[in-house]
Amino acid sequence: MNTIKIPLPSSRPALGAGPFGAMIQKEMADHLRSWRFLLLLGLLVLTCLGSMYAALSSFSSLPPSELAKMEFFFLKLFSISDGSLPSYAIFIGFLGPLLGIALGFDAINSEHNNGTLSRLLSQPIYRDYVLHAKFLAALAISAILLFSLTIVVSGWGLLALGIPPGADEVLRILMFTLLTIAYISLWINLAILFSIVFRQTSASALGSLSVWLFFSVFFNMLIDVVAKHLAPKQFLSEAQAVAFQNFVLNLLRFNPIHLFNEATNIVLMPSVRSTGALTMEQISGTLPGALPVGQSLLMIGPQLTGLFASTIVLFALGYFLFMRREVRSR
Amino acid sequence: MQNTVIELKELTRRYGDFTAVRSLNLSVHKGEIFGLLGPNGAGKSTTILMMLGLTEPSSGKALVAGLDPARNPLEVKRRVGYLPEDVGFYDNRTGLENLLYTGRLNGIPEKEAQARAHNLLKKVGLSDAAHKKTSTYSRGMRQRLGLADVLMKQPEIIILDEPTSGIDPQGLRFFLELLRTLRKEEGLTILFSSHHLQQVEQVCDRVGLFVQGQLRACGSLQELSEQWLKRPNGALEEVYNCILAHQLETEKL
Repeated sequence: MNTIKIPLPSSRPALGAGPFGAMIQKEMADHLRSWRFLLLLGLLVLTCLGSMYAALSSFSSLPPSELAKMEFFFLKLFSISDGSLPSYAIFIGFLGPLLGIALGFDAINSEHNNGTLSRLLSQPIYRDYVLHAKFLAALAISAILLFSLTIVVSGWGLLALGIPPGADEVLRILMFTLLTIAYISLWINLAILFSIVFRQTSASALGSLSVWLFFSVFFNMLIDVVAKHLAPKQFLSEAQAVAFQNFVLNLLRFNPIHLFNEATNIVLMPSVRSTGALTMEQISGTLPGALPVGQSLLMIGPQLTGLFASTIVLFALGYFLFMRREVRSR
Repeated sequence: MQNTVIELKELTRRYGDFTAVRSLNLSVHKGEIFGLLGPNGAGKSTTILMMLGLTEPSSGKALVAGLDPARNPLEVKRRVGYLPEDVGFYDNRTGLENLLYTGRLNGIPEKEAQARAHNLLKKVGLSDAAHKKTSTYSRGMRQRLGLADVLMKQPEIIILDEPTSGIDPQGLRFFLELLRTLRKEEGLTILFSSHHLQQVEQVCDRVGLFVQGQLRACGSLQELSEQWLKRPNGALEEVYNCILAHQLETEKL
């Protein structure tokens, strides 16, 4: 009788298949079953309803003559508000970090505290699978959430306004959603890093929240103080004033929240053509008008690179710490 | 000539100035139950972690099933089942789901994993609790589920780190009996670390005695008794006390 020899896999199997696929599935199922996820979902749905209401009521408060002159009507759904509530873009920019932190802050330390980490690592899987699965599952969950929200807002807007979006509006909305997902993945990685560093889940949650708070409140205050001290007593020329303004802006850009806000403004407002200060000389002769999608995309290049780079640095740091660690039972 | 399945050569692990395991030489034969015995902090767990490639030795080498766990941890983990001390499960899942997840991580086809899981749950006496969440399990049940979990991948060797701590006497008897049956029926090699002398005495063919990161004595109870007490049939406790006394004396000198 012939025996059939089954060749052993010589290299790592494809990431989606086998044990890794099973891990991602489990992580996603864990998120979906948790109370935390339901709370976040509720919060996001409320956000969506609130900001839609604000946007629509600001449309109806404008006189028809103003409305007729308005360009990119559909895009305004995401960025306009009547002042009672922040716009959708601002809301999402605020809640995105919270979502990322909530999905990642107990990734590794809860496994360790439950005694499941050493059991998991004694299975024939590569150690980085654990980290990849945690990150990708959280990313997938937030991507699904954000895409559904975007579709809900667009659909509702379509019903309320009765004006279909143009092709470049659709592209811009897509870009905005992808941008937000990239931004959230930064916070997921920060939270996972803290979950590796801290043994207590409460410590890692507080740690990530304080980083978020620092960047959303205190960082800009700090830069303000620094700028006031550095500012020359009197500017000699216009060029000097603009250069100083741009220097302060560059300091602000060390803040991921600022980067995200700049990129959001460029994507959602086609008329924005510069993020920094310009001299009169630079402005003279330009005609006010909207930029095409490609040009806006070019403009957010640096911001995107900054966001991606910090995400990668955070991930690499967590990876380094986790791979080197000796894992004992709890 | 017995087959050696675990071989440790001059294995050393240092943490800064502290040496947890010092020049350890040890071999475990196929199909035996080997007891790693020693007080807490003697370096038993560290030795086990090095056998699984979960931590790297500072110097020396381990060979498990003919493989170097520092170089080829995946293949070692495919063949070796490890039950950590105070094992944990995903508490929002049932016992069966936990076992099936382990099956998936080991690349076992779903149908086969189902059959194995049910079979193992029956073997460890948890069939009734298969569909209960593991958060409701008692300590003894968790330990038994842990054993079933280890056996899911059909290992050649199983390594148990303090598997009996915190189980009541009845559960303990069942657990030790289970180990004996496994060895007899499946020809498993079992490495068992503990600080309970009686348990080790009951099930182990050979024991290794650890004190302060060093292997002080190694052999069957008979051999140890003759070597240290100069008479046959001594109890393990006597041997142990004799070795500890000897250790204290050498420290004074």
